[in-house]
Amino acid sequence: MSPLVGVLALQGASGEHTDALRKLGVRALEVRMPEDLEAIDAIILPGGESTTISMLLESSGTFEPLQELLSQGLPAFGTCAGMIMLSNKVLDGRTDQRSFDRIDISVRRNAFGRQIASFETDIDVIGLGEPFPAVFIRAPGVATVGPEVEVLATVKLDEQPEIPVLCRQNNVLVSSFHPELTDDLRLHQMFLSEL
Amino acid sequence: MAESNSGSNSQIGTVRVKRGLADMLRGGVIMDVVTPAEAKIAEDAGAVAVMALERVPADIRRDGGVARMSDPSMIEAIQETVTIPVMAKARIGHFAEAQVLESLGVDYVDESEVLTPADEAHHIDKWAFTVPFVCGATNLGEALRRISEGACLIRSKGEAGTGNIVEAVRHLRSILGDIRKLTQADAAELFDWAKRLQAPLGLVQEVAETGTLPVPMFCAGGIATPADASLVMQLGAQSVFVGSGIFKSEDPAPRAKAIVEATTHYRDPAMVAKVSRGLGDAMPGLELGELDTKLSERGW
Repeated sequence: MSPLVGVLALQGASGEHTDALRKLGVRALEVRMPEDLEAIDAIILPGGESTTISMLLESSGTFEPLQELLSQGLPAFGTCAGMIMLSNKVLDGRTDQRSFDRIDISVRRNAFGRQIASFETDIDVIGLGEPFPAVFIRAPGVATVGPEVEVLATVKLDEQPEIPVLCRQNNVLVSSFHPELTDDLRLHQMFLSEL
Repeated sequence: MAESNSGSNSQIGTVRVKRGLADMLRGGVIMDVVTPAEAKIAEDAGAVAVMALERVPADIRRDGGVARMSDPSMIEAIQETVTIPVMAKARIGHFAEAQVLESLGVDYVDESEVLTPADEAHHIDKWAFTVPFVCGATNLGEALRRISEGACLIRSKGEAGTGNIVEAVRHLRSILGDIRKLTQADAAELFDWAKRLQAPLGLVQEVAETGTLPVPMFCAGGIATPADASLVMQLGAQSVFVGSGIFKSEDPAPRAKAIVEATTHYRDPAMVAKVSRGLGDAMPGLELGELDTKLSERGW
């Protein structure tokens, strides 16, 4: 039996992740309440508004049990808002915004600017041959990276410093961009290959 | 660190980037706000974005006169107050207002029938902009015309400022019902559909093939309660815009949070019941038959 991968579906683009999983022949389960966590082997935290998702995690009582599973080693893949939630520090977020502290990076929200600065570009990813089409939407940027974290891809825009955009620590993978908005399934495959 | 030249070929304002932000707002609530203080309440309640405007539709309706784009200083004050996306409205066809809003860095422009139209025949050429646009629609033809002009998000219009959900339901059912019929039509019938919808054939064929609009569809106009949000989400909306429904109610903050919860858990009646308790009075609301002006009839 294929692994059962939960996709947090409180708000945001969860449907594209479940579609990607199904294309790869993997069972997907939308997670909205604590009981949805019971049988999952891994979880994907999608893009969306991190402040909204953070609030809905609290109000649904899902934050604490998910935190517990993650601290026991539940594999996790976070894209955009999902990356913010898995980081250990959110710079310039809301003061009541909580994160799961599962990867040793600090993250700055909207690091590339407002929507008019949102962009797409092909990026080189360590471990993948061809460049990956990366879609950045009001994307967060990684500000600092701890010693245990592998940086798998970076972006360097004109006049700006090189910024890590794809990072991994043990079985936690995070991206600033949205692989789920493309037809390229290689990052989902990379995540699933560790299960 | 990876040695790379990634980013050297970056492109802004692509269709994928513009529609992508709408995708990220799915399952959420976008709230009309007229002051930074209201914007803060909206963000605290879990709004995915705010719509910055000078008067909510209920007040525009009451005051009459010409309704225009908001004062840039008011939009900027709201941008400085919240970290979530900030949208703002331009008049139908008023591309200069849209240019101003783009220069302010708003995250989405709403070419909106709630403001007084500036052009009786033409909508804005939205392909010419980096900032994405949302437009209202009452039926599938109108939605596809807006998409052909470059809209990256469609909202069913409803009847703004009434607190009455009936028009929103009519528009959602019309759009989604016709999409279902299109998927059953044969190739020859699609030509006739395109003619009747007054919409580009290519888009009609695409919708017939995929069974969905090529951009997300949200619902606006008349949502006043958590159950209203659940209703339109169950009918097929992907998110909700709430205008007057929050800040014209007795106690805005808890109502805002309750509508956010109901939009997420819309399939769970017990949850909708739970968040609906003790919210105080909803906005009073208006009967459609008593209206002098139907805002939803603006737009062509």
